[in-house]
Amino acid sequence: MTLTPSRNSWLATGFWPTALACLIAVCVLAPIASLLVSAVSANNTQWAHLSRYVIPDAALTTLVLLLGVGVVVVMLGTGAAWLVTAFQFPGRKILVWALLLPLAVPTYVVAYSYLDLLHPIGPLQSLIREVLGYSSPREFRLPDTRSMFGAILILGSVLYPYVYLSARHMFLTQPANLIEAARGLGHGPFSLFFRVALPMARPAIVVGTTLALLETLNDVGASEFLGLQTLTVAIYTTWLTRSDLAGAAHIALTMLVLVLGLIAVERYARRRQRFINTDQSRPMQPRPLRRWPGLAASLFCLLPVLAGFVIPVAHLSWQAFLRLSQTGAISSILQQAALNTILISLAVTTCTVLSGLMLAWAARSWGSRRGTTLGQRLARTATIGYALPGTVLAIGLLVPFALLDSGLNQTRQWLSLGSPGLWLLGTMTGLVLACTLRLLAVASGSIEAGFARIPIALDQLARSLGQSPLGVMLRVDLPLLRPALFAAALMVFVETMKELPITLLLRPLNIETLATWLYSEAARGTYEEGAIAALIIVLVSVLPVILLTRTQSTLKKSQLKN
Amino acid sequence: MNTILKIDEISLSFASNGADVSVLNRYSLTLQAGETVCILGPSGCGKSSLLRVIAGFETINAGAIYLNDTLLSSATLTVAPEHRRVGFMFQDYALFPHLNVAQNIGFGLKKLSAEAREQQVQALLKLVDLEPYAKRFPHELSGGQQQRAALARALAPKPDILLLDEPFSNLDADTRERLIVELRTILKQTGVATLMVTHSHSEAVALGDRIERMG
Repeated sequence: MTLTPSRNSWLATGFWPTALACLIAVCVLAPIASLLVSAVSANNTQWAHLSRYVIPDAALTTLVLLLGVGVVVVMLGTGAAWLVTAFQFPGRKILVWALLLPLAVPTYVVAYSYLDLLHPIGPLQSLIREVLGYSSPREFRLPDTRSMFGAILILGSVLYPYVYLSARHMFLTQPANLIEAARGLGHGPFSLFFRVALPMARPAIVVGTTLALLETLNDVGASEFLGLQTLTVAIYTTWLTRSDLAGAAHIALTMLVLVLGLIAVERYARRRQRFINTDQSRPMQPRPLRRWPGLAASLFCLLPVLAGFVIPVAHLSWQAFLRLSQTGAISSILQQAALNTILISLAVTTCTVLSGLMLAWAARSWGSRRGTTLGQRLARTATIGYALPGTVLAIGLLVPFALLDSGLNQTRQWLSLGSPGLWLLGTMTGLVLACTLRLLAVASGSIEAGFARIPIALDQLARSLGQSPLGVMLRVDLPLLRPALFAAALMVFVETMKELPITLLLRPLNIETLATWLYSEAARGTYEEGAIAALIIVLVSVLPVILLTRTQSTLKKSQLKN
Repeated sequence: MNTILKIDEISLSFASNGADVSVLNRYSLTLQAGETVCILGPSGCGKSSLLRVIAGFETINAGAIYLNDTLLSSATLTVAPEHRRVGFMFQDYALFPHLNVAQNIGFGLKKLSAEAREQQVQALLKLVDLEPYAKRFPHELSGGQQQRAALARALAPKPDILLLDEPFSNLDADTRERLIVELRTILKQTGVATLMVTHSHSEAVALGDRIERMG
């Protein structure tokens, strides 16, 4: 009998996945390091101008926007989640999942749609004037949509589902007897909400709000269409129109500070959280409401669905229909953009899911060895890309990409292997790499959760039945991970399809995706085929939302079974 | 009789919250060919860890483990579980949920031709009396059937020793009595050397040729 012994060192288990996890972690940290270097090495006079005139104003605008959006998403998200969980009212069954639909509408799409809809000579204001008997916009017009107030409402109407989702999950998994105990102690519905439900759901609300605010920071299209000079917009004008990389890096660093502040606030607000997550607990049973309170609850839950999904999507569909019936076909440019979008999304999905799998595998093979958490720590580091706004990540990647490009070219020259070129900067490869870094957290989160459901005993047993670590992965883990991998792939595909800020900064010349095309149409003020592009994005984005509603309903069913 | 497994003064400790917790301290044991040894001890005395060390899931800090005079584990060397020829049955059986009974049993027979594997699986199904259930999935089996499927799977690659971790803890009392007799018959029929850990005195007495106390 021949035995293959192995040394008892850290090399023995999970060496390759861990090495890959290290590489990915370095890739994620590189843009942050490069931002620091670029900002520090700046010694131009423009910096004085930036720090005096641009950054304070943009930072203030961004802060006010964050605050406003925060208030709106907490009110809409928590309120709707509590109503559909605690009460029975007309339309509740449909609203439970319909409230998630705005997740499918990217911020720039909803802004684009409302700008058109609420334009002084757009359909809505014309109708109002007609009804009221005015003849020109000079006599009557609604307050301008292009304002801070309009931006807060519009962003809030599509970002509240993050809070709704986490708060509802929390309400559903809390035992009903807590609520019943409070009721028994004489709390009415209002004090029940404010004194029991709200404090109980605080950690979940904080998580959801943080996600919504990170999404607000990531947004570039909506703020720009709505005329807000946020930090993100300032980065674009500084880099794209003035080509001032050091300046852009400075603003990006300011944003990074904001992100870190946001995460610090999140940690603080979640301190000393206590989850009561007993599987045996009975979920809350919704109580029927009387007629008028019931109708009020329906209206409260219906409004965000109308504002965040039905109205903008109906308008887009109508515009798309008008355009199609006028021309009969979509232009070749739009077809090319759709094709590009699919190709980029497929490439990013493949890279992201594979890297996410490696990361989760590294965390698992290390996790099984007690006392060591290096793999887990690496996996954490590698997924902070999602907290980085796309703009910040893209600006941070410019210098590392340029350095790698020149390094590669020098090597090629030295080996006399043909002419130099660009390998990463302004290429598809660079774009795919950047999107992968940003979306890694989405994939690895889903895959890690899938791994957590596979008992480590199955892996060990497969080993003792003669499988190598790779064999265990292929014959046991992968088949059992299939649903998690599918969910991860779907989410990453859709996120890439919607992606705007990174694509705008890093795409190759003359390459348009559906999102960038919509962006430039909106920037030009030509609303011709933009509606069709927007509609395609929304329709594909609805898919993961449907998947989400299905997992939500299975969660509820498994709760009821217990 | 010839010694098949020799455990020589092994020690095992885990780092837990910064402190080293000793689980096994200079523990020794030998197992003869064809023998069934029961290790009897209260929960938490380290008996499951002993099995995990022999299977190669844990790395020891001192001592040595030999199987048929070949070194399996020492403080500096650990043979990977897949190279050990050790069969393991977990407390909760750990059947692969995505494979049916026949596929579970055949999982460790990857080196055989398809035909030989099929024959071997049929023979094992017959041995554990699960022939009608070959196409069932684990969640469609009773606890006793799951136990027998797990046993057949562990026996399939013809291991040098078989390790059983609390094999009856997940079964109700009636099933347990019946299966203890069946397990004894199967073990003696295959003649495989077996090391079983349990906290139940009656199980140890009913199954073991020899009883070792621990803890």
